[in-house]
Amino acid sequence: MVAEVTGGAAAKAAPAIELRGISKAFGPVQANKDINIKVNKGTIHGIIGENGAGKSTMMSILYGFYKADSGEILIDGKPTQITDSQAAISAGIGMVFQHFKLVENFTVLENVILGAEDSERLMPSLNRARKLLTELAAEYELNVDPDALIETLSVGHQQRVEILKALYREANILILDEPTGVLTPAEADHLFRILRGLKEQGKTIILITHKLREIMDVTDEVSVMRRGEMVATVNTAETSPTELAELMVGRKVLLEVEKTPAKPGEVVLSARGLKVVDEFGVERLRSIDLDIRAGEILGVAGVAGNGQSALLEALAGMAAATGEVKMNGEPLDLTLKHSDAGTRRERGVSHVHEDRHRCGLILDFMAWENIAFGYHNAPEYNKNKLLMDNHAILEDAKGKFERFDVRPPNPMLTAESFSGGNQQKIVLAREIERNPDLLLVGQPTRGVDIGAIEFIHKQLIALRDQGKAILLVSVELDEILSLSDRIVVMFDGRIMGERDPETTNAQDLGLMMAGMTGDVA
Amino acid sequence: MSSKRMPKWADVLLVPILSLIIAFALSALVILAIGEDPVRAMRLMITGALGSTYGWGYTLYFTTNFLLTGLGVSIAFQARLFNIGGEGQALIGGLGVALVCLFIPWPHWSLAIIAAIAASAIFGAVWAAIPAYLQAKRGSHIVITTIMFNFIAFSLMNYMLSHVLRPPTSMDPATARFDNVLRLPRLHDILAPMGIDFSRAGPANVMLFVALLACVLAYFLMWRTRLGFEIRAFGKSEPAAHYAGISGVKIIMVAMLISGALSGMMAVNSVMGGPQRLVMNAVEGAGFIGIAVALMGRSHPIGIIAPALLFGFLFQGGSELALETTIPREMIIIIQALVIMFTGALDNMVRTPLETLFALMRRRT
Repeated sequence: MVAEVTGGAAAKAAPAIELRGISKAFGPVQANKDINIKVNKGTIHGIIGENGAGKSTMMSILYGFYKADSGEILIDGKPTQITDSQAAISAGIGMVFQHFKLVENFTVLENVILGAEDSERLMPSLNRARKLLTELAAEYELNVDPDALIETLSVGHQQRVEILKALYREANILILDEPTGVLTPAEADHLFRILRGLKEQGKTIILITHKLREIMDVTDEVSVMRRGEMVATVNTAETSPTELAELMVGRKVLLEVEKTPAKPGEVVLSARGLKVVDEFGVERLRSIDLDIRAGEILGVAGVAGNGQSALLEALAGMAAATGEVKMNGEPLDLTLKHSDAGTRRERGVSHVHEDRHRCGLILDFMAWENIAFGYHNAPEYNKNKLLMDNHAILEDAKGKFERFDVRPPNPMLTAESFSGGNQQKIVLAREIERNPDLLLVGQPTRGVDIGAIEFIHKQLIALRDQGKAILLVSVELDEILSLSDRIVVMFDGRIMGERDPETTNAQDLGLMMAGMTGDVA
Repeated sequence: MSSKRMPKWADVLLVPILSLIIAFALSALVILAIGEDPVRAMRLMITGALGSTYGWGYTLYFTTNFLLTGLGVSIAFQARLFNIGGEGQALIGGLGVALVCLFIPWPHWSLAIIAAIAASAIFGAVWAAIPAYLQAKRGSHIVITTIMFNFIAFSLMNYMLSHVLRPPTSMDPATARFDNVLRLPRLHDILAPMGIDFSRAGPANVMLFVALLACVLAYFLMWRTRLGFEIRAFGKSEPAAHYAGISGVKIIMVAMLISGALSGMMAVNSVMGGPQRLVMNAVEGAGFIGIAVALMGRSHPIGIIAPALLFGFLFQGGSELALETTIPREMIIIIQALVIMFTGALDNMVRTPLETLFALMRRRT
């Protein structure tokens, strides 16, 4: 089924990078097990795997952040010791991290030369960098204003600065870690054009991602990791998303969500002129109008940071807002002076927070304690006015773990010891089984393995079919498109327009996500 | 926190015991360096603190102080509030005890102790309430404000004792002695009816049992009540508490009030149980020792009992040592500091190698 790929013209020369038998353990966890991989020169090589499959560990070893327990690294066929990031840079490796490492109040030029200045005086370096930037801009569409401050640039442009930094350091091998997580589809396409251009100039590119579509679009070869092991390397042209997904998970997966058409009922929540101003006086939500009906999933698409979080937090009672919001026809107190997230729950609003580590769970608490978290005032969890009924909570947790297939099914473990998918199942079990009228869901499958994604999607559809209203916020367009009954797109704190998932597509939504078209632009 | 890397018993017992051994070994080196015999010093400390009911009477008296201040610091720690102000809160608590004892003619100690506990708790809580309010509403860091409030408390007590509460005929900056009725029953009085002979001189008294009871109650508060659940949740993750609808302002205020009240209650022991009058610096650093006790006891209301006893031993054993040898009083403070440093601040120095060791053992099996 899967053949080791060695063909292709580029493979005749020594591979740009070769890892032989790399292993790395963190305490009892074997993060990388005997990894072997060859990345051919002048190719784009995808590395795909679920969260915790060991991708980041492998890249950190390659960039000198971790030392491998065993195995060797060959660059251009020569064994190379990479002891720190300086060694990686001098070996010609450049890294673009998921979270950029830029000085916000420096200019593009200053960031590019930072740490790679030629002399005590900055001018020669700055001039050299300026010249190089102009050349690169012309060659690869890598245009950024060299004198702009980083904080004034869009995320897509900041990412270009990261690439420029690597090129300025004469990187021949460029590693990008989840580069499209924060980009609009149009920006992602632009990035891919840049990467193809770099490839044509003989650069080698390693693209780490969990998005199958991107792998199919842009890579020449793809390596699949599962549980710390390299399970296969295949030619992209000879594989399919279904096959890759199976390799990642180790079993057959359904990529499509099965659902029947929605039967929308009464309006459960209606918002008019909903505004959120944050503590720094920045408008996060600029007058949102929104109706969510019983028995439908309203999907909110958008690039991260365009007001979706503020929308969720305003509705969930975590952020103060202005405007008018009615829940089942009764107005909600948005000021938070006399109410909070707890009172919002009493009104039938459950909330699966987009950040389960920071908010949704208390990682140090045991799982059963997390089952009561947020609902710890509920009568069934308390013996009397003073004492909680820990036994009842534990029993309830056991039932929820069984119904939501949480593994391992032991609520006595700390929440921290569960995988991302199982943590999310704990949160969902808690929020869904409260039988809310409205469920707010943020990024339900972020950092969740494919197997659990299937399960979570089914649960959301099942809740919808029970006639509940669901507001789904996700940066994964595929998820929005396959789950939603209606889609709104947010940009810069506004709703750009509404679409029917049956008649729209990623390109159409992508333009609205970039603020370019839409009904109100 | 790191329970998955190590068995719980290693986390709770092995780490502090190893830290303690290292601290004692270093202390032994220091004692050697000044030309004394560390073995003899250790023997003196043990016989001095634990070798007689007299020694136990003092050791348990100090232990009572550290139980209450340690408990106070622990409750605040559980809400991730670093209350450095135990010292000041205990000093002000002492003022409450003195006022109740000096100005109300009590018929019996049992009534007086209830009033004294209430007064010291209220005084301590009020002293903690101001930094708590500033933290909750204004975001002023609790560490800074509680330290400042320690200084204010020192100066205030200084003024009160030298100008207001000092009997006009006395040169000593202290209050008059309390009425003899107010003398708290000591272990001698409590144990004598049971036929156990205990030294009359050791000041350990009925407050020891109050302190132990407080530990048990605090355990129930933290692990069996909604308030405890909310305090622990807030301490582990503030954003998560906000998500759950737990009011940060309420938790900060309540946790600090409880913390201040417990530290304040310590003064009942050190004022009513000890010299029976309020003297300058009646707290003798117990507020700060409480921080070390809480660190060593993992801020667990039951877990702090053993460290409180350890510091009680160090305090009493240390003063015996200063009497019997040429080891100066300052030396004892060095030993105590080493214990605090290794068990509190340098916890990871022992923990990390141990975790690696356990991981290695696990892989081999």
